[in-house]
Amino acid sequence: MSGTFVGMPAFPEAAREALTDSQLRHNLAHATSTIRAKRAKVVAEVPDWEELRLAGAAVKERALLDLETQLVRLEETLTANGATVHWARDAAEANAIVAGIAKAHAATEVVKVKSMVTQEIGLNEALAEEGIAAWETDLAELIVQLGDDLPSHILVPAIHRNRAEIRDIFRSKMGAAGRPAPDDLTDEPAVLAAAAREHLREKFLRAKVGVSGANFAVAETGTLVVVESEGNGRMCLTLPEVLVSVVGIEKVVSRWEDLDPMLRLLPRSSTGERMNPYTSMWSGIAPGDGPQEVHVVLLDNGRTRALADEVGRQALRCIRCSACLNVCPVYERTGGHAYGSVYPGPIGAILNPLLKGVGHDEQTDSLPYASTLCGACFEVCPVRIDIPSVLVDQRAQVVDAHRGGVPKPEAMAMKGAAYVLGRSRRLSAVERLTGIGMRFARRFGPTAWTGARDLPDAPGESFRDWWLRTDGGRTDGGRNDDQKG
Amino acid sequence: MPDARTEILARVREALVGSAIDPVQTVAPRAATPVATRELVDLFAERVADYRAVVERCSAEDLEDRIAAALPAGQVIVPPGLSLRVPDAIVDDGTLTAAELDLIAAVVTEARVGIAETGTIVLDHTPDQGRRAISLVPDTHICIVREDQVVADVPEAIALLDPARPQTWISGPSATSDIELDRVEGVHGPRTLHVLITPPRDVTS
Ligand code: SF4
Repeated sequence: MSGTFVGMPAFPEAAREALTDSQLRHNLAHATSTIRAKRAKVVAEVPDWEELRLAGAAVKERALLDLETQLVRLEETLTANGATVHWARDAAEANAIVAGIAKAHAATEVVKVKSMVTQEIGLNEALAEEGIAAWETDLAELIVQLGDDLPSHILVPAIHRNRAEIRDIFRSKMGAAGRPAPDDLTDEPAVLAAAAREHLREKFLRAKVGVSGANFAVAETGTLVVVESEGNGRMCLTLPEVLVSVVGIEKVVSRWEDLDPMLRLLPRSSTGERMNPYTSMWSGIAPGDGPQEVHVVLLDNGRTRALADEVGRQALRCIRCSACLNVCPVYERTGGHAYGSVYPGPIGAILNPLLKGVGHDEQTDSLPYASTLCGACFEVCPVRIDIPSVLVDQRAQVVDAHRGGVPKPEAMAMKGAAYVLGRSRRLSAVERLTGIGMRFARRFGPTAWTGARDLPDAPGESFRDWWLRTDGGRTDGGRNDDQKG
Repeated sequence: MPDARTEILARVREALVGSAIDPVQTVAPRAATPVATRELVDLFAERVADYRAVVERCSAEDLEDRIAAALPAGQVIVPPGLSLRVPDAIVDDGTLTAAELDLIAAVVTEARVGIAETGTIVLDHTPDQGRRAISLVPDTHICIVREDQVVADVPEAIALLDPARPQTWISGPSATSDIELDRVEGVHGPRTLHVLITPPRDVTS
């Protein structure tokens, strides 16, 4: 029931389209600058921030380099705590496990905590096919779901929508999904939040099955942790009889005390708060308190592929704080949709190719180029992921993947320019060729994505040319509207 | 085909061939230097109030009056092990359903730990705090924190807490900034968080 990223055009094209949307760019600039300022203020309060980052990176790195032991330990402790552990190699296996659990309880609906991983595996769509409705309960996710839309930011997924649009979505769509919005709904954020509270409460109160992800999984104690703001997480983790948590295998930390640096780093990096409103922790089943049937699905879905990449594996440290999105000059102007994935921004530009592998589709292969390599992302990353270095390495891998076999025009360009990696001349060449690809696509059949939208005209100007001319969108560069794609 | 568990663990092993575990054990830096309890409690009160929670400090003798004054109209529920009496309160026996809890206006609980640096209250849901649902569904949460429960920062809290217990870390009332980044207090959790800070029990008893 929600949109899909499958078949989206490569980054430069999607970015180009996003850049023509002035409302989007206004919302994004406001959002990213606001969160940046909040983050900077609370980070400055911590005298040992740099040491804390080192500690955070070390916690994740240690667990990743010892992952087999940690996963086996996690399975043991979870099982000892009364949880049932499942393993899933890919999205289809994970979705089938969750659907199977819901069906075993004759559930026709589940309530969901916002979770990147369940978006990654397309759980809602998979459950819908089995006749099970998956209700998103985070306010932004609700806006996205009701609007049949795509998330555009890790932390604030509906940031591309303004209040008037949200009111219209609530008015027209809430009724079909459950309790309708009140007749006198205004576009005041407090009024809209109250409408969401009423709409979702009936779903929380009757829910039999809750579905979550987890921010951290502690191997030593069998504890899962969910960090949130609104209390929808607490509702989903507490009220249903059955709880299923889908956890990427990279979420594991070894010891209980490892939570300390993570819980100090995440809220300050993410929402720019000293601490987020609510953090829930549970270690299997607590008799007489909360769900009495607890499942954990440990998911690979490309993570072992990323782990095998010695340069790229550091991306698995990511705690999804979204700080790198908010400082990225490219993200700020294009928004999240242009990345064609639930993981947008600088982290998305490296994580998607690492999880999926390069050389298979143009969309993924274009992502390592969605950067100016300015390095701001590395500076803010609480777990010190050196995104620029991974980007450069991924670019080399994209080029390598296109060596041999039947060369595409794009691959030829890459091949020829391989030795000027990261240099602007090369990037513009690739972008121009991608433009040719889009013109080709217009003639010979739209993809799933373009089928649902007007196919943008291939730009007369590449992303990078536009960037240089307009100082990254800060000026209009004296451009005529008739050039608009 | 091997089962998923076997295959994932094998892939992990293969991915890490030749990679040694980093022997450097970085220890997270301590929080700010420990200060006197008095200052810690001041900081805690200030930081909780920063989240737009209601914060009051009172003596043990005044506690029951303050609770009575803080309670909204409607029914109130208390956990079975609450150390003081709240007149006319329902004492939770674990049988009320979520829908029944939704008809209750307020809950009064104690807490396990207060974290000064972050203004956080941690519940570990022992009988003085009750099961998780009772401090979640009612719209007002009145929470009693004793001064001797306040620690400086997150590492001290982690060291005190028992990972076997379910935990809820609460920093202010439920909030969202999902609509144009305007902060709105109160979405699904209690919209009012009222914190009462009292002296340690051994001093007052
Ligand atoms: S890469 Fe770093 S900054 Fe970006 S979301 Fe992940 S943890 Fe946060």
